[in-house]
Amino acid sequence: MGLTLVQKILSKASGVETVAVGSVIEPRVSLAMSHENAALVINQFNEIYKNTGLPTKVWDPTKIAIIFDHRIPAESKKTATNQKLIREFVKEQGITKFHDIRGDEGGICHQVLPENGYVLPNTVLVGTDSHTTTHGALGAFAFGIGATEMASVWALGSVLNVEVPASIKVIVNGKIPKGVYAKDIILFLIGKLTNQGANYKVIEFHGEAIKSMPTSGRLTLSNMAVETGATAGIIPPDKETVRYLRTIANYQGEIDMLQPDENAEYADVIEFDVSNLSPQVAAPNFVDNVKPIKEVEGTPIDQVVIGSCTNGRIEDLKEAADIIRGKKVAKETRMLVFPASYRAYEDALHKGYIEDFIKAGAVVMNPGCGPCLGIHQGALGDGERAFSTTNRNFKGRMGNPDAEVYLGSPAAAAATAVFGVITDPRKLQEGK
Amino acid sequence: MKVIYKLGDDISTDHIYPGRYMATVLPTETPQYAFSDLQDLNTILNEGDKSQTRIIVAGSNFGTGSSREQAVSTLVGHNLLIVARNFARIFFQNSINLGLKTIICPTIEANVGDNLDFFDNKIVNSTSGKEFPIIPIPEARKAIVEAGGLISYTRKLVLERQK
Ligand code: SF4
Repeated sequence: MGLTLVQKILSKASGVETVAVGSVIEPRVSLAMSHENAALVINQFNEIYKNTGLPTKVWDPTKIAIIFDHRIPAESKKTATNQKLIREFVKEQGITKFHDIRGDEGGICHQVLPENGYVLPNTVLVGTDSHTTTHGALGAFAFGIGATEMASVWALGSVLNVEVPASIKVIVNGKIPKGVYAKDIILFLIGKLTNQGANYKVIEFHGEAIKSMPTSGRLTLSNMAVETGATAGIIPPDKETVRYLRTIANYQGEIDMLQPDENAEYADVIEFDVSNLSPQVAAPNFVDNVKPIKEVEGTPIDQVVIGSCTNGRIEDLKEAADIIRGKKVAKETRMLVFPASYRAYEDALHKGYIEDFIKAGAVVMNPGCGPCLGIHQGALGDGERAFSTTNRNFKGRMGNPDAEVYLGSPAAAAATAVFGVITDPRKLQEGK
Repeated sequence: MKVIYKLGDDISTDHIYPGRYMATVLPTETPQYAFSDLQDLNTILNEGDKSQTRIIVAGSNFGTGSSREQAVSTLVGHNLLIVARNFARIFFQNSINLGLKTIICPTIEANVGDNLDFFDNKIVNSTSGKEFPIIPIPEARKAIVEAGGLISYTRKLVLERQK
């Protein structure tokens, strides 16, 4: 029997010929990412070294990335002090991949990493954030871990006791129709698999719709793969991966085009065609409460949110700007736009999208997590309803357990902003 | 041991430890915010007797969502034992790392006030008289539990590998 992509990556990372599904290994880590929760990682890291007499030194300061994104600029003295402690630690340890609150290099961790060429195929990447799955889009085995586990990685350079996961092969066939995007495909899949259908497994994406999809869309797929319970969502590297790494991420080193074996053994194979897929939404309060948009069309929306690590890239902003250009956000509705990184922000500025948003009445916010988790800005009022391009709609997710969140694509969000009610984006795309 | 609360399926980390408290990170400070948006449970936890292990029974996919470790440390601080039909991956790993008591019991049925007895391979609900098999924690993770959590386990390895 052949090996899945993750089995192959883990074989190399643990220095053995092959690893069987279910076996327990200790893979070496190529990149260890944290955001503001590095404050807790530092605390646990210091605990590990307490009374050992050993110097408190991370295993490799060039392989640790720390990106401030969850609360930027700081909303409270507590956060600001956490950020200050982290800055001091970064300096002390000589951590090189640090992205502070800055207009020239900042953004959401899951956007900053790929953009800067930190993510490569055939590597193991861990992050103290559940959406670390995002980086599977570039062929890495990338998964989320807790802060204490990260402290252990900082000390050892490896993840302890990893059970090699089984993979589910998802084959997405067909040509993606107009008005339908990567977001709709992943929502559709989450609806099919449910929010625990891939628990403890990896989703390996294949098929012509994936082949023809730019990396921006692939990042959306892998980002939300975790909403099925999956450990990771991985896409075997191809021409598009190379294009992205060379021209967008400006990475000039070697690229390992490792592929799964043709005869790899999968826990399940799921195949579907997207040629006739319609725009999808996840209705409150679960990400797997997925329906075609027509079933909820006309629902009044108080706040439209466009951005996040799921859909805040330049391609997403274009998708929304193309719809909103020359129109107005409905009077009863607010629209917030937060690009995923300053690079996306700057691109959108040059291309005129920011102006399109502002003229339409949207509020353009600084890159960061912002309204996505509702602890910093953009919280919802009691009884309010949001339509958002983010990835979670759990009760309380946008800062208020008495509010509701619908999830959909940037195009659907922009169309919804124009009418103030949930709207199929194709209604505004005719003839375009 | 008595069941003090019963929860349904898909209890997310946002339920357990709402995002707005995430700037609070220290395990000594997180317990007060456990289930903040579920006022009655928050009160039971904060005002109840923490000296004895208390049981919460939940459905499937407990701990789904974010990787925030506060969702585990907040429960450790209340000396809870979570019996669920199954757990989300990161939450479960965090529980092992931080020493939160968890038991996977795919068929568990129990109500508030029921008394549960624990055995190697099953739970007996002595109130209803029914038995429910449990799934033991994976071999791979036992070493961490036996070392008293991931911090001491890693400390041991760091020292060993120095030599
Ligand atoms: S944008 Fe939202 S989902 Fe993405 S990293 Fe930030 S908080 Fe998490």
